[in-house]
Amino acid sequence: MRRLLYTAKRLALMVPTLFGLVVLVFVISRVIPADPVALLAGERATPQQIEALRHRYGLDRPLPVQLLAYLRQLARGDLGTSLYSGRPITTDLFGRFPATLELTLAAMAITVLLGVPLGVLAALYRNSWFDHLLRAVTVSGLAIASFWLAIMLQLLFSMELRLLPLGGRIGVPPPRALTGLFVLDALLTGNGAALRSALQHLCLPAFTLAFPALATVVRFTRAGVLDVLHSDFILYERAMGLPRPLIVGKYLLRNAMAATLTQIGLLFGVLLAGAVVVETVFDWPGIGLYAVNAIVLSDYNAILGFTLWSGFLYVLVNLLTDLGLMLLDPREATR
Amino acid sequence: MSAFLKQLYADRLAFAGLLIVLALGLSALLAPALAPYPEDVYDIHPAQRLQPPSRQHPFGTNHMGADLLSRVLFGARITVVIATVAVGSALLVGVPIGLVAGFYPGWASELLMRLADVFLSLPQAVLAIAIAQTLGPSIPNVILALSITYWPWFARVVFAEVRSLKNEVFVEATQALGVSPWRTLLLHVLPNVATPIIVRSSIGMGYTILTAAMLGFLGLGAQPPTPEWGREIAEARQYLPEAWWYATFPGLAIFVTVMGFNLLGDGLRDVLDPRLRRGRP
Repeated sequence: MRRLLYTAKRLALMVPTLFGLVVLVFVISRVIPADPVALLAGERATPQQIEALRHRYGLDRPLPVQLLAYLRQLARGDLGTSLYSGRPITTDLFGRFPATLELTLAAMAITVLLGVPLGVLAALYRNSWFDHLLRAVTVSGLAIASFWLAIMLQLLFSMELRLLPLGGRIGVPPPRALTGLFVLDALLTGNGAALRSALQHLCLPAFTLAFPALATVVRFTRAGVLDVLHSDFILYERAMGLPRPLIVGKYLLRNAMAATLTQIGLLFGVLLAGAVVVETVFDWPGIGLYAVNAIVLSDYNAILGFTLWSGFLYVLVNLLTDLGLMLLDPREATR
Repeated sequence: MSAFLKQLYADRLAFAGLLIVLALGLSALLAPALAPYPEDVYDIHPAQRLQPPSRQHPFGTNHMGADLLSRVLFGARITVVIATVAVGSALLVGVPIGLVAGFYPGWASELLMRLADVFLSLPQAVLAIAIAQTLGPSIPNVILALSITYWPWFARVVFAEVRSLKNEVFVEATQALGVSPWRTLLLHVLPNVATPIIVRSSIGMGYTILTAAMLGFLGLGAQPPTPEWGREIAEARQYLPEAWWYATFPGLAIFVTVMGFNLLGDGLRDVLDPRLRRGRP
């Protein structure tokens, strides 16, 4: 019951945040620019076209009325029309989202599957050469520009060694679409060639995206494990003579994961933002590349659509993280 | 002060960070004197086009025939200006908001902090992209976009600290002595939140430099031929793999600089706030 209440409370808290998000994007699009219509119309529009657009989009009305109309439009799930593709932006974003999701999930998998064990080991073998080496790597991870890392990896693995493809999502006809995630679809349809190609294409972008996130997860896991390692109950278990693997595997990890899980939720936003540049360098056809193309073409509606969509996803993932934390540690619900 | 420096010196990594930051500041300040070919930054030398690193051009040359080392040094100027002004203005907006909101609870404070939360509900880089695109590509607009995205961090950190400080005995004592609230806030509370502000600023410099480079890379910042590092890497891409040095050196410059600020930030936190000592069990 308490959990249900907590879930309801968190859901209710989402509403003002999302409302604030919409208002923020509205302010960015309608209040900051000197002439929003000129932005919406693109650079080649004539004054007459701009006037017509101003009327058509209702931009000649007072701002509160515009905000209301904007909210109504969003409530219908309408993000406007892309000036470039001519399609509704929602259609464009939904069509491209599986690519970004696949990339983000792959990066998340690398981050968690590599970052958590490395962080635990660093804590268990504190101040060993391994810990120091890992610290050097994580400090680098937070200092490297991901677009540069992407280019350097391309230079080494694609151009010099010719081991991995330079960019794109797949080199053979894509597998039959079930989920839109090529790796999963290839697995489900038993398409070996597609699976191989999809994984090869995924390697470099996923690693580039994961690298800074990996640094954060290693740091937080290490700190979390160290905290728990010196707590009374672990001391007690050690005094009881429980074998070390049991203490680490059963008691320590569960208690140390709270800090890591919070970070993983926050990282999703970092990954989503990182996807913009990583997709650009690797020509990965997701929503990040869509946003960059929109920047190049001054497709203003599309950029705002992408901004709102990212914000919405970010808020949603943070909610899921909080709920996950509650399942992991029931005390959360009472806080 | 000397004890502080001694402690910072004892932490080798933090001291390395300090040296990097000082070197960045110096190269920004002395770029015209340090650069081997200062006039090269905007000149065109078709004969010198895309030369690999050599004794004359330690970092090689770019597609315009300009000496890359000179351009990277002048790029340090742009980076220092962008990061300092952006973090400085974020601090000037965020710190007072956090101070006041933390000290005077009420609906206005609540509203301000909710506003900060809304800004934090978007991935920072995405927000910076949206704002920079709205304002149009230029360096002042990059600075504006970065400060708009960064102030909530200062507000949040200061708010949390002030709220817990408010119940400390020394604050109560100043109030009992009849010190005006503003005086209490500025002379007694503010110095006690200096540490998180300093640490946030150092880490914020690193973050801001990375985001500014990303905006430059996406074409939302400085326009060519400005020697901005991110922009430089974007231009270098079409000359790969032959001209590897062209993309490599500006990226290394970003890496070393951000590393410097991050190491310094970590070290400052350890020296200034023993509670948060790194590697602490």
